[in-house]
Parts: sequence; C-alpha cells; structure tokens
Amino acid sequence: MKLHEYQAKEILSHNNVKVPRGHTIFNISDIDKIKSQLQFPVVVKAQVHSGARGKAGGVKVTHSFDETIDYANSLLGQKLVTHQTGDKGLPINSLLIEEAIDIDKEYYIALTIDGSLSRPVFISSPEGGMDIEAVAEQNPQAILKTSINPSIGIMSFQVREIGAHLNLEDELLTQLQSILTGLYDAFVKNDASLIEINPLVATKDKQLSAADTKFSIDDSSSFRQENIFNIRDKTQEDDLELEAESNGIQNYIKLEGNIGCLVNGAGLAMATMDAIKFSGGEPANFLDIGTANNPESVVAALKIIGSDPDVKAIFINIFGGLARTDIIAEGFVQAKKNGLINQSTVIRLAGTNVEDGKKILIESGIEYKLADGFAEGASLAVKASKN
Amino acid sequence: MSVLLNQTSKIIIQGMGSAGSREAEISIEYGTKIVAGVTPGKGGTEKSGIPICNTVKEAIDQFEGNTSLIFVPAPFCKDAIIEAILSGIKLIICITEGVPVLDMMTVKQVLENYPDTVLIGPNCPGILSPGEKARAGIMPVDVYMPGNIGVISRSGTLVYETVDQLTRLGIGQSTSVGVGGDPIIGTSQKEALKLFEADQETAGIVLIGEIGGNTEQEAAEFIKLMSKPVISFIAGTTAPPGRRMGHAGAIISGASGTAEAKQDALKSAGAHVVASPSDIGITVQNVLKELGLI
Repeated sequence: MKLHEYQAKEILSHNNVKVPRGHTIFNISDIDKIKSQLQFPVVVKAQVHSGARGKAGGVKVTHSFDETIDYANSLLGQKLVTHQTGDKGLPINSLLIEEAIDIDKEYYIALTIDGSLSRPVFISSPEGGMDIEAVAEQNPQAILKTSINPSIGIMSFQVREIGAHLNLEDELLTQLQSILTGLYDAFVKNDASLIEINPLVATKDKQLSAADTKFSIDDSSSFRQENIFNIRDKTQEDDLELEAESNGIQNYIKLEGNIGCLVNGAGLAMATMDAIKFSGGEPANFLDIGTANNPESVVAALKIIGSDPDVKAIFINIFGGLARTDIIAEGFVQAKKNGLINQSTVIRLAGTNVEDGKKILIESGIEYKLADGFAEGASLAVKASKN
Repeated sequence: MSVLLNQTSKIIIQGMGSAGSREAEISIEYGTKIVAGVTPGKGGTEKSGIPICNTVKEAIDQFEGNTSLIFVPAPFCKDAIIEAILSGIKLIICITEGVPVLDMMTVKQVLENYPDTVLIGPNCPGILSPGEKARAGIMPVDVYMPGNIGVISRSGTLVYETVDQLTRLGIGQSTSVGVGGDPIIGTSQKEALKLFEADQETAGIVLIGEIGGNTEQEAAEFIKLMSKPVISFIAGTTAPPGRRMGHAGAIISGASGTAEAKQDALKSAGAHVVASPSDIGITVQNVLKELGLI
C-alpha cells in the first residue's frame, strides 16, 4: 500500500525527521488557512500516487496568495497524467502546500529490505533529486548501501559513513543521525517496505529537510497496521482492482490486452501471460485466484473479467494443488449460467480433482474449449480473441 | 534418492485446520509419515487419525517428529517457525502465504544461530520426493514419477506445471523444492541448487525463477561451478514494471529484477534458458539426450 506525500511526511515528522512547514487542503475553501500559517513563496504539490509529478504540471512554486488559489483551483478535482500513471491519470483530491526552502544541496536517502541479506538496507547517494534507477545505471559508485543489523539498529559509525559518502558538512551529522534513526523507527513501527527521501535538502541555513518522500507499506501487515490501512486512499487505485479485492481476490491487475486470464498461483499466472504473448496475443489482466476454496470467489473473478470491455476471450488456466479444479469448474458453470461472461472461453484444468472438474464442465452442457496443455490453451485463447 | 525429504522424515503439522488436515490425509495416503499435529489447546485429541499435541516439543518427545510442516495463519507464523527452530526441528517447511516481511527478518535472525536448521518457504508448495513417497506440502501427487531430475521453483503452481511436463515425457524427479515467492525466504534458489548438486541421484536440475529481486543472479554464480546441467525458466517476461505480480517478491524494481537480466545471467553461467513456459519439459529432454543421460 502506498501513502501520499502528506501522509508520509506526517509520519516522518512524528519520528523526528524534519519536513518543510506545510498544510494539506482537500477543498479550495480550506486554503485561507495558509495565509496565517505559511510564508510565501510556497510550493503547491498535487497529491497523487505517482512520481514525476513536477514534469506533469502537478508541482509549482507560487509567490502570492492569489497565484496560489488560481493554481490550486486548476488542480483540485482534475486528473494528473504522468508517465507512470497511464493515459487515464489519477484524481487530484488534495494538495500539499509547503513553504519553499532555500536549497543549498540535495541528497538521496532510502530505506528498504534487502531480500538476499534479510536485513533493512539504507541506500544513499549525493546525487539527490535524480531518479535513483538512472543513477544506479550511469554512476553506480554514487550509491552506497548500508545494511542494518535489526537487533541493534543503526549505529553512529554507520551514520558517519553515510555522511562521508554524501560529503555532508560535519555540523549536519547530528541532524543526519536523528533523520536516519527516525527513518528506521518509522520503517519498523509501520511495517514499511520502502521509505525514500528524494531529495533530502540541506538548506542555506544549515538544516536538513525531507523535501519529498515516498512511503510504501507491506501489504501483509494489514492485520496489525489498522491505523495505516485506515488512511489508504482508494481513489488512487483501479476500480476493477478494488472490486476484485472486495471479493477476496487479492491479486488482480488490469493490463492493456484483450485476453482475460483466470489462473491459480502467481507464477503460473505470470507464465500464462508470457505464453499468451508468445502465441501472438495480449493479456487483459493478471489474476491469481489463489486457493479458491469456494465457487463464489471464482464467480466474482469471472464477473470482473467478463465485465471488462477490453476482454474478447477468456483463458482459465488451473493447475490445482490446494486449489481444487472441481470448484473452479463449478464457479465457471455458475458464472456462465448467470450470464456474467459471454466471451468465448478456453479452459485448461490439471491437478487436484481434475476428473471431477472435467465432469462438471461436460455435464453442464455449456460451450467452451478444453485445452490439453498450457501451450494449446494459450494458442486457442489467442485465436478466439481474434475472431 | 532425494534431497531434504525421505522415508526417515517424520513430519509434524503445525496448524491442523482444514487445509493442514486435508493435506495431511493426502500425504499419509501417498505413503508419507505424518506423526503428529500441533494445535495449542487441542493436545490429546485426534484429527484425521493424527494425534494432536499442544506444542512442537511434545510432538518431538512423544512421536519423534523431525520435520515440521506449517499451515498456521500468517499473523502467527513467526511464532510457529521460531517454536519449531528452538524445539530442535532441523527441517521446517512453511506453506502459509502473507507473512509480514519484518516477521521473516526476525525469523532469519534466529536462524543465524541454528546453522543446521533448514527453513523452506514461506509462501511455498513444500517438498516432494516421489521415489521416497515423501510429501511435505500441498502439491498434487498424481503428476510425479520417481527419477533423477531436481526441480526448484519460487512459484508453487509452476512446480506442478514443470513436474507434469517432465512426467508426460517419461522423465522422473528426485525431489521438487518450492522455495517460496516472498522477499525473504528460508532457503534461496542457490542453496537449493547446492543440495541437488551434492545429491548423487540427481542428474540435472530445473530452476524456475521469476521477476523481482536478484536471487536468480546469485544462483547463476553457483551454476558456474556446477557439474550438473541446469535448465531454467523465468516467469514474468511480459510483466509491467512497478506492479506486484501476486508474489510479494515478484515486482520489477530496478534493472536486476527484469526477466531479461535474470535470463542473461543464467545463460552466461551456462544454464539452458527456456523462453516459453510450455517448453520446459522438452528442453530438459533435449539436454539430457545431448549429454547422453537418457
């Protein structure tokens, strides 16, 4: 789950990470408050779950109250299209308005989990404000990784190492210590998967300030991070994906193609997308039905796939382990009988209870194409999508 | 023969809910020794004909359990895995999906002090050795046949798919190990490769990877040193960057996470990289023929 910048900054400032003074507005009528609270110039920032907001016109420095209102009015309620959002863009329902800070230098700091080390790792670079992927590619020595032993947390010598890598002036080291410690605390307390401060700004009056930040939470932690999951902004997420989730299907992702996929297991679901592409088609979605221990979840999944206007054909590819093929077959029959899918459907069943599953399909009298294997299924589905 | 799991494995099941007991029944019917279940508060009862204990320690003391298979819900997995480690179990397999990453970080810290303990998973299908009739997991048994190919996979269903393709071509398996799809797992693909390289009965290995992380690149470093052929498929060639593809670990973030980067690393390490997921079995057959192994 992703947080908005203003939400992330609230958490960071509670953990002793200094952020620019700011105010978040949800309605234009809230904007009067900034008159008394902030000094101009200010930076107005559209709050959407995307990077590259500046290039897309979602961030601007304004010098007067009137200019701020005009710009805020032009953003609120609109959609911001960045190169990360796709053509539809994301709705701008809130704006973070911050006092502009006097930038001396910019740095990059992030904290994430290194799966190979099974430890949190700080990533730091003196090239702040840049896309870290681009830095990694063009100037890898600019990136320092510092892994943290979770039983002791971040040590002062590591802060000094990071400070030296950033070429930070000595007088800022105490502030860096408190920022890195605060970041680490915020990470662990909130089950974060990534906190990125980019840029971390050194101001001309010798303050370190988190000018922009990204914050993501481990989705598996929702059972113990109620407070965080309560501030999730679903307007930033895809409608079909949300509907899938409300029906207990965690893993549905809308894609660009026209072949709807219902698969069990994330790996097989990815491989099914690959096989469709190899056969000359394009998947309309990624869907991992998971264990599917009742036909209702299968019906719900097929309803979502069937209602997607892009879908021209459906490929159900099931290799039952914990998931039972008879339950999948039952769900398909119910979805078809209730008119939830009218696209031509290719079904491949293997694994647990496959004989029962095939029997249910045959006895239903419903029209579908049965594929023997994976490759055959993919190529039949691609053919059906082109009819 | 096999790696990790064999006829001497005496399995206890932590979490005898509906999934745990159903899979226990299938394993027993297959010929596997499931000696006890562990459900706190239910000690002294029986489920699916299996005696239930309150603790892992009891299951070891009373029923000589030496392997634990974990089905307990994700919020309780950290506790269950650490209970198994501290009770002295040497092989722990965690099937459960959705364990928080920070919990697994704690588990791995504990494991650092128990170098002889092997954890497989979480979020994995488990281990099956067909020649030993030993199944600790959730995979369908019908698709397996005894033989000399090892299968390693981050994805569960791709274990079944791979094993099925092999069996249909008459190529049997020594053991399949599903290492799990999460960012932090007990045993990496590289460590699993080491086990198969050392196993006398394994002639070749299929390694199924997927997008995200760089564990396939680490595995490739070991493949360079291996004597046995490795056939590899990477799922997610067509996945869009930045989206989590079901598995928490399967998200392309950074250049090393792409299928292409992994395929390149594996190829240059000498592995046979399969482009299409439906060609895994046939590629194994061709490689074995070329090497005169069949």
